[in-house]
Amino acid sequence: MRALKAIYTIWLRDVIRFYREKTRIVGMLGQPLLYLLIVGTGLSASFRMSFAPQGFSYLEFMYPGIIGMTVLFTSVFSAISIVWDREFGFLKEVLVAPVPRWSVAIGKALGGSTIAMLQASILLLLAPVIGIKLGPLMILKMVGMLFLIAFSLTSLGITIASRMETMEGFQMIMNFLIMPLFFLSGAMFPMNSVPPWMATLMKLDPLTYGVDALRNIVFAGSPAREFLIQFSMGTDLAVVAAMSVVFITAGTLAFNKIE
Amino acid sequence: MNIIEVNHLHKKYKAITAVEDVSLVVGQKEIFGFLGPNGAGKSTTIKMLATLVSPTAGTALIGGFDIVKQPNQVRQTIGLVFQETTLDERLTASENLFFHGMLYNVGRQTLSRRMGEVLEMVDLGDRKNDLVKTFSGGMKRRLEIARGLLHYPGVLFLDEPTVGLDPQTRNRIWTFIHQLRQRENITIFMTTHYMDEAEHCDRIAIIDHGRIVTLDTPENLKKMVGGDIITLSVTDRERVKSHIIEKFGLPVKESGQHLQVEVPGGETFIPTLAVDLGERLRSISMHRPTLDDVFLKLTGKAIREESAGAWSGMRVHMRGRR
Ligand SMILES: Nc1ncnc2c1ncn2[C@@H]1O[C@H](COP(=O)(O)OP(=O)(O)OP(=O)(O)O)[C@@H](O)[C@H]1O
Ligand SMILES: [Mg+2]
Repeated sequence: MRALKAIYTIWLRDVIRFYREKTRIVGMLGQPLLYLLIVGTGLSASFRMSFAPQGFSYLEFMYPGIIGMTVLFTSVFSAISIVWDREFGFLKEVLVAPVPRWSVAIGKALGGSTIAMLQASILLLLAPVIGIKLGPLMILKMVGMLFLIAFSLTSLGITIASRMETMEGFQMIMNFLIMPLFFLSGAMFPMNSVPPWMATLMKLDPLTYGVDALRNIVFAGSPAREFLIQFSMGTDLAVVAAMSVVFITAGTLAFNKIE
Repeated sequence: MNIIEVNHLHKKYKAITAVEDVSLVVGQKEIFGFLGPNGAGKSTTIKMLATLVSPTAGTALIGGFDIVKQPNQVRQTIGLVFQETTLDERLTASENLFFHGMLYNVGRQTLSRRMGEVLEMVDLGDRKNDLVKTFSGGMKRRLEIARGLLHYPGVLFLDEPTVGLDPQTRNRIWTFIHQLRQRENITIFMTTHYMDEAEHCDRIAIIDHGRIVTLDTPENLKKMVGGDIITLSVTDRERVKSHIIEKFGLPVKESGQHLQVEVPGGETFIPTLAVDLGERLRSISMHRPTLDDVFLKLTGKAIREESAGAWSGMRVHMRGRR
């Protein structure tokens, strides 16, 4: 009961702080649109999907990937608030509170996921503009899947942020980690068009399964299905769920070690 | 029952021994002061008692709970005001209190009543809906004290509650601390390196290099000095020093450029000394013993000599409040 209250408190604080920062809200609304318009439109103009059936655009292919990317960046970087809290002292107030550390870590993970989900919802609303039809059930599945991805990636961010004393350090590690995770996830190009060694790397990137799961949902009834999807929904779900468990455990452990 | 019992507490950071064999007890409703220069180990001791860092050796009980084995019970029992601010400046005063109350499991109804109460206590009732970043240093400090009291703690730890504040604000905080003890059934454990502030305490432990040098009431400590302090400025320091020691049989200490003589009935000794030293005397002054003198006597150095250090302490503090 007490732990639940702590989770809620930590979550609420992150949400209130987010709501207070108007620039962050503008950025949050703008960023996915920008990705979709510039990256998506720009690339699809010069990119032919040689293997895809007629009438299938690169933008459609990109759409789940862009949602995945938005969630990736927002989730992982939301953990930077831990580094800020350390810098400004508030972290101590939380660390000496009579609540278990894991509840703090989970509260943080939920806070970051919530914000990432808000962003993803904007992109979900834009689906018709791109020519993708999403039924209510599909949207529900997408939201569930995205939440799972967001939660595990925020936990990953927490794991790293708990060990970082400075903002620069955090940024550095993040760029080193996030960029490869993103590029290898299959968000930008399909796995079946790359050399085998790269396909192997892509299979090792847990995010690949997240993006694949999103495609599984979005393109469930599409004729292009077999070109777009690599794994079964069951595999995707299992990997993403495992990733959540591993990262939140790591995040909690890292949080426990903070002095 | 003693609300705080510390037994042989040690803390080592690699090569540095921050706290060495600290033992003490604090009774209920006492105002207990930890006095010492920068780096003496005051904050480290508080952090151990507050369960934020774990001791290398030794134990402590707070309200009967073991700081190592029962951290959550200890946390619930204590209120904390750290040396550096730990407020969330982007939240309002009320929100800071609200989140604290939630984390300390104060029931909703009690919480809103108690929030009004503590805000009133520190005179911030009219600013409760303002963002903390718009507060002055003194207001932030008061808000932190209010927050520390929110969950009815039995012990309030205050780590340098007045550092970096102007004298007026310092006085206000002290008035407030005294009222607090009368109104709430609370024990206060505080650190300071302002000697004049230590006089507000019921008992003081003087700590230096991680060790408790002495522990007693301010009155008793000052009695240790055993007389008035006469400070001399003279032309030939070394010669005058040995002269006074020989002629009057009094111990003489050097304190910076000055000589200090400790003597009972100083006002009658001054004329004698002035006549005796004649031309060699440049200036002479006398004061009743303060805790500064106690510290000097016990450690051979003045607590304020480390003023460069005092600045660094202040800087840390200010950094936290940016
Ligand atoms: N996290 C740490 N790692 C290494 N050394 C530390 C750490 N914290 C404190 N110390 C060292 O322990 C000693 C005691 O520090 P502490 O902060 O307890 O002093 P203090 O009495 O509170 O001083 P001040 O008046 O400046 O606040 C110092 O020598 C300090 O450098
Ligand atoms: Mg200190």
